[in-house]
Amino acid sequence: MKKIYLDHGATTQANPDVLEAMLPYFSEFYGNPSSIHSFGRETKKALEEAREKVAAGIGAEPREIIFTSGGTESDNIAIRGAARALQKKGNHLITSSVEHHAVLDACLALKEEGYELTVLPVDEYGMVSVKDVEAAITNKTILISIMMANNEVGTVMPVAEIGKMARERGITFHTDAVQAIGLLPLNVNDLYCDLLSLSAHKFYGPKGVGILYVRKGTKLDVFNFGGAQERKMRPGTENVPGIIGMGKAVEVAVADREKRSARISSLRDKLIQGLLKIEDTRLNGHPEQRLPGNVNVSVKYVEGESMILSLDLKGIAASSGSACTSGSLDPSHVLIAMGLDHQLAHGSLRMTLGTDNTEEEIDYVLAVMPEIVARLRSMSSVYASSKKE
Amino acid sequence: MREVYLDNSATTPVLPEVAAVMHKIHTDTYGNPSSLHRMGVEAEKIKRRARRTLADACSVKESEIYFTSGGTEANNLAVMGVARRLRRRGLHLVTTQVEHPSVLYACRLLEQEGFALTYLPVDREGIVSPAAVADAMRADTLLVSVMHVNNEVGAIQPLAEIGALIKKNNSETLFHVDAVQSFGKLPVQPLLWQADLVTFSAHKLHGPKGVGALYKRQAVHMEPFFHGGGQEDGLRPGTENMAGIGGFAEAARLATAKLSAHALALSKLKKNFSAGILAAIPDICWNSSEEGAPHILNISVAGTRGEVLVHALAEEGVYISTGAACHSRRPELSHVLLAMGRKEKDVEAALRFSFSPLNTEEALVYALEKLQAAVLSIRRVTRR
Repeated sequence: MKKIYLDHGATTQANPDVLEAMLPYFSEFYGNPSSIHSFGRETKKALEEAREKVAAGIGAEPREIIFTSGGTESDNIAIRGAARALQKKGNHLITSSVEHHAVLDACLALKEEGYELTVLPVDEYGMVSVKDVEAAITNKTILISIMMANNEVGTVMPVAEIGKMARERGITFHTDAVQAIGLLPLNVNDLYCDLLSLSAHKFYGPKGVGILYVRKGTKLDVFNFGGAQERKMRPGTENVPGIIGMGKAVEVAVADREKRSARISSLRDKLIQGLLKIEDTRLNGHPEQRLPGNVNVSVKYVEGESMILSLDLKGIAASSGSACTSGSLDPSHVLIAMGLDHQLAHGSLRMTLGTDNTEEEIDYVLAVMPEIVARLRSMSSVYASSKKE
Repeated sequence: MREVYLDNSATTPVLPEVAAVMHKIHTDTYGNPSSLHRMGVEAEKIKRRARRTLADACSVKESEIYFTSGGTEANNLAVMGVARRLRRRGLHLVTTQVEHPSVLYACRLLEQEGFALTYLPVDREGIVSPAAVADAMRADTLLVSVMHVNNEVGAIQPLAEIGALIKKNNSETLFHVDAVQSFGKLPVQPLLWQADLVTFSAHKLHGPKGVGALYKRQAVHMEPFFHGGGQEDGLRPGTENMAGIGGFAEAARLATAKLSAHALALSKLKKNFSAGILAAIPDICWNSSEEGAPHILNISVAGTRGEVLVHALAEEGVYISTGAACHSRRPELSHVLLAMGRKEKDVEAALRFSFSPLNTEEALVYALEKLQAAVLSIRRVTRR
């Protein structure tokens, strides 16, 4: 059976070069980087080389890079760490209603602890407005966290403008760039960000390892305690192979980015155009300011989950929203924030394209989708009654 | 050059079987376990099997195992997560002076947050007295945290006795055990110990770095560190380190299947190596006892500095450490040996040899030769 993977927003397959780079660090160069003998120094050196690669890939300095266990940890450390470190300066945080749960829930937890929180609305395309951010800023605002590109609908936010505004006012700015690297131009200086989160497994690296960029001079309280690893910002024996793999993955992601993005964008546009030919469908997210790989459509009168299961039987892996909440019955908080009614939100289908997808695969998806939708609609009482009207 | 790795308490090489499991996850079953489609379902199955393997290895329920990014995170989470969640019930915690920094520093932070901490002393063997634990407990003691095997000297704590006394004193007081150094070498028995929380790390038993686990008894409630996608029951959100988790389970399976054979082999290695040192090198201060863990031997070689010997042996391809890896880059003296009443110059002279079933008798003979030669030449210089 065909196996077409269109869920790169959930996770990606590790690149063969990445795996090859990791391999020696499991059983050959396995020393603990904190060990003082040459066996440990070897891995320490490799770790620092990976740090240099990551830094170079995003325009940072090596000492501004902290390795973490993934995007969720990076987001949490950034938000809680900054909020705690800056509590003498103020207690107001600004974020958006379409952030990943790692950001949103970390902010909500801080609200319970007594911080003031503004959760900004988005427009019908899922876009945060710079003006809204500006209007929300008070003299107590210490942190703004707005994602670079939304994981569900792919809307690319005006983060550089927001970052610039935050910097002019001396407010710490964090951006969750987990979905963006390798697809959008990403340079921490151009984005004016103080904190930026990345997760290796979203860009063809391994799961279980991530990055937090911390611009020098940014105040951040420590979260975990133990050894002196990562300048005490993030103790614990380092996931050496994971970090080495991530270094390679950043290198690969940044090289040839424009060409790759252009190719994926054209596949995306073909897929969107094809899907919108099915009647009673709509595109979710911004038509232009959109991640190259993201397709999100709502198919009226059909449950997103039913489409996913039907597609799965045809060998196509897709999702209804973000992977982490796909087991839950609640509609996507992103689509609701964009003003979709529950029916349309429940009928959403996300297909996220990656480097390995081909035009033939898109043709195949477009060939099977109409029959899947037709079959599901034929079983839908809502559809039947709507057609009688 | 011949290489003999005797720093297995710092970290271990990944076994080929483990690497194979991980490779398959990286290349074949790379789905996100939260995804609904087949790739996701497959990943979810791998995760469940892994959880079951770990649960079986220490006779607890599958639902009581939570994966983390390693031992440090699990220790931090256990100590701080419980204290913060239960602070209305009490403000007191008990631990020992010889815990791993990930427990000790978490405790120190809790002191800053207003908690009262008791750090129990140990005897010359590094053992904490169960009676002292009971004496230290107050009506508002939330948690007692005692490690199973000490990472620097291998002292084994009398956990069953400690656990029984804790629960007899106050059935509400929770008991946390850091089993990072013992898992895979000695039986880890949360139920026997009456432990509510137990910490595990994969890379100490030939599993991968970057993955660990926390056993949390069902009835225990705690505050998570991170918020996010709800993975691990909300206790530890974030896309799972799938290859790490699969590799961890395989390493745990292999280690527990041969637990008694390995323990026996390690004991023999340690015994023969100790006998060899005793016969070849005079003026040794023994920091590990025969009753201690079978894989850790800590000695102080009078008239030398540990760091110098570590480097001298590394030149000969023999890798050991002065104590814990996590602070071996800092000049501080071992808090464990100081707590055991060792003199400062003995602490500076400490060496830790930590074994794995992959080490052979013959390799240890080679290591002993190199150790003897290095000690001899250092002592010749310093005593001149």
